[in-house]
Amino acid sequence: MPDDNPYNIPRTGFDTLALHAGQQPDPQTGARATPIYQSASFVFPDTDFAAGLFNIERAGHVYSRLSNPTNAVLEERIAALEGGVGAIATSSGQAAMHLAITTLCSTGDHVVASRSLYGGTHNLLDYTLPRFGITTTFVDPRSPDAFKNAIQSNTKLLFGEILGNPGLEVLDIPSIASVAHNQGLPLLVDSTFATPYLCKPFDHGADLIVHSATKFLSGHGAIIGGLLVDGGTFDWESSDRFPTLTEPYDGFHDLVFAEEFGPLAFLMRARKEGMRDFGACMAPTTAFYALQGVETLPLRMARHVENTRAIADFLSQHPAVEEVIYPEVSSHPDHALAKELLPKGAGAVLAVIVLGGRAAGQKFIESLSLISHLANIGDAKTLVIHPASTTHHRMTSEDLAKAGIDEGLVRLSIGLEASSDLIADLNAALRRSQRT
Amino acid sequence: MYRDIAGKKVFFGTGSASHVRNQPSIVFIHGAAMDHTVWTLPARYFARHDYNVVAVDLPGHGRSTGPALESVEAISDWLSEMLASVGEQEHVLVGHSMGSLIAWDWAAKHSNQCKKLVLLGTSMPMPVTDQLLDAAKQNEVASFEMANTWSHSSRGKLGFNPNPGVWMFGHGQRLMHRSTDDVFYADLAACNDANLDPAQIQCPALLILGESDQMTPYRAGRTVADQLTNASVVTLPGSGHSMLSESPNEVLDALIRFLSVN
Repeated sequence: MPDDNPYNIPRTGFDTLALHAGQQPDPQTGARATPIYQSASFVFPDTDFAAGLFNIERAGHVYSRLSNPTNAVLEERIAALEGGVGAIATSSGQAAMHLAITTLCSTGDHVVASRSLYGGTHNLLDYTLPRFGITTTFVDPRSPDAFKNAIQSNTKLLFGEILGNPGLEVLDIPSIASVAHNQGLPLLVDSTFATPYLCKPFDHGADLIVHSATKFLSGHGAIIGGLLVDGGTFDWESSDRFPTLTEPYDGFHDLVFAEEFGPLAFLMRARKEGMRDFGACMAPTTAFYALQGVETLPLRMARHVENTRAIADFLSQHPAVEEVIYPEVSSHPDHALAKELLPKGAGAVLAVIVLGGRAAGQKFIESLSLISHLANIGDAKTLVIHPASTTHHRMTSEDLAKAGIDEGLVRLSIGLEASSDLIADLNAALRRSQRT
Repeated sequence: MYRDIAGKKVFFGTGSASHVRNQPSIVFIHGAAMDHTVWTLPARYFARHDYNVVAVDLPGHGRSTGPALESVEAISDWLSEMLASVGEQEHVLVGHSMGSLIAWDWAAKHSNQCKKLVLLGTSMPMPVTDQLLDAAKQNEVASFEMANTWSHSSRGKLGFNPNPGVWMFGHGQRLMHRSTDDVFYADLAACNDANLDPAQIQCPALLILGESDQMTPYRAGRTVADQLTNASVVTLPGSGHSMLSESPNEVLDALIRFLSVN
């Protein structure tokens, strides 16, 4: 393996960044933990200082819809872990997704997206954004050519999930980024399932990342939040496709974001327009809770993966299981790609098709006792859901088939319990699922 | 704003304002492998306070056509042409790191035009390690990482950016990655070879120095200040060489105070 640091440049480790990035002991009080700055506004020392903050002459906070000191710690920390230039914390992962799209797209613009998406994202792209004139073409996530062929003159963005939901297709980020960049377009990746511990999409060519902070990043299932991370890599000025970044913005005294902020252009436009006008900000207390989770992200993700591997092994050998869908299972179509992009583990979500179809799947879910039946993933506790009747219920049978979602498929998000207890619960439920 | 200098396209930022004839002029000069965007905050401040702002992209940097020039003197001569095209007679020169040497040389050669001089993160000489020079000469990405790492204080490497949500270490890295081949080496070589005389500076000077600067150590900056006839120093506690990221408000306040004194 080539030495990636031949000059022995001192690098701050991932685990250290997960604990320290973006924060220092509070200069006023010495508080070691990140304080919750639960304040709507921040006092200006004088009118000129205030004007300077509004006009982006000074660094600081004005109003917590735009920025907040607690949120800023979370934003820096995730940007540091992903290797980006900055981030914006939002009220949910959906809000982060909306912010990413609306920062680049206006009426008449177009997105090319993987068709294997979280149901909420599919709703946004397929039903809601078209009402505002932004349309999406959905393509096979395993086909970079399909992404390429779907690009139109009005396309502004390519998008996919690092691990498709719920089929767990592994997004070939290097190939799709290459398709995007050859056409002068950025690639946005939803990396919720992986977190930066398992994969850093910027290292593979992605330009923007969204996260649902509700999931593995926080890990406790106690908050709703999102993050939009800017890699600072994309050259917005390479074409005239991105007027929101390269042309004067009359909503901010004709500011040209690419000219004024260089690698921060996207991030600054998203904050100065998207947060200002759409206002989907994260509450400071939510940011605090998210930070508590991020501090232990490396430890938790390692354990999530360890448990998931044990569960996948168990399920693969169970007579009541028709198929286990997990990229680390050798029969998974993306097994080799997962080893390349997700060498530390292919996440902690897997899908299982129980013998007996939809009815058996439902009986299986209803027979679980330790594992919770609910609509979420990435909790420290193990969770289960039936996508066809819940998260993806708006999709037709045909769309479900296209997205590779069997109607009997059950999705599991593996938590941090003793794997032996999880296996016992699964085993008992599988046995019950086969009783007539 | 673009100009044509010797047949090449040259860009300078104005702080998003139009120039007004006979307003005072302030010129910002960036460091190695950087561009005008490092000055965005102070540029916008002074533009709003009735200055004509000229935040240059040096040749080969940002939006200005290359190649990069290979000596401080050559860049300083280029700056003369550039400022002649702007039209004002007197300028305040503000430079960071390599930019401080260019400002210094220009001030020495144009004492009747340089009203005030501000040097951020400066030293004389400004030696560059062989390891960094060699890596930059080979256009190795590691040269950016080395410089970026040494440019941030131990505090700065962990962030806590006063500019909300910006990961300054990543930002510095990306800014350098925008450089085309050979630019960083030309810049570093220019710094390494510079030989400037403090005695030639006649205007009032301000040095803004980072207490934890590893690239141009604080003590070296103090030595420059001691050798200048009319210099004051602002020390940025805990700040590294990337003081425009680590201490943006303190830098701006120091500039405001210095320029407000007649």
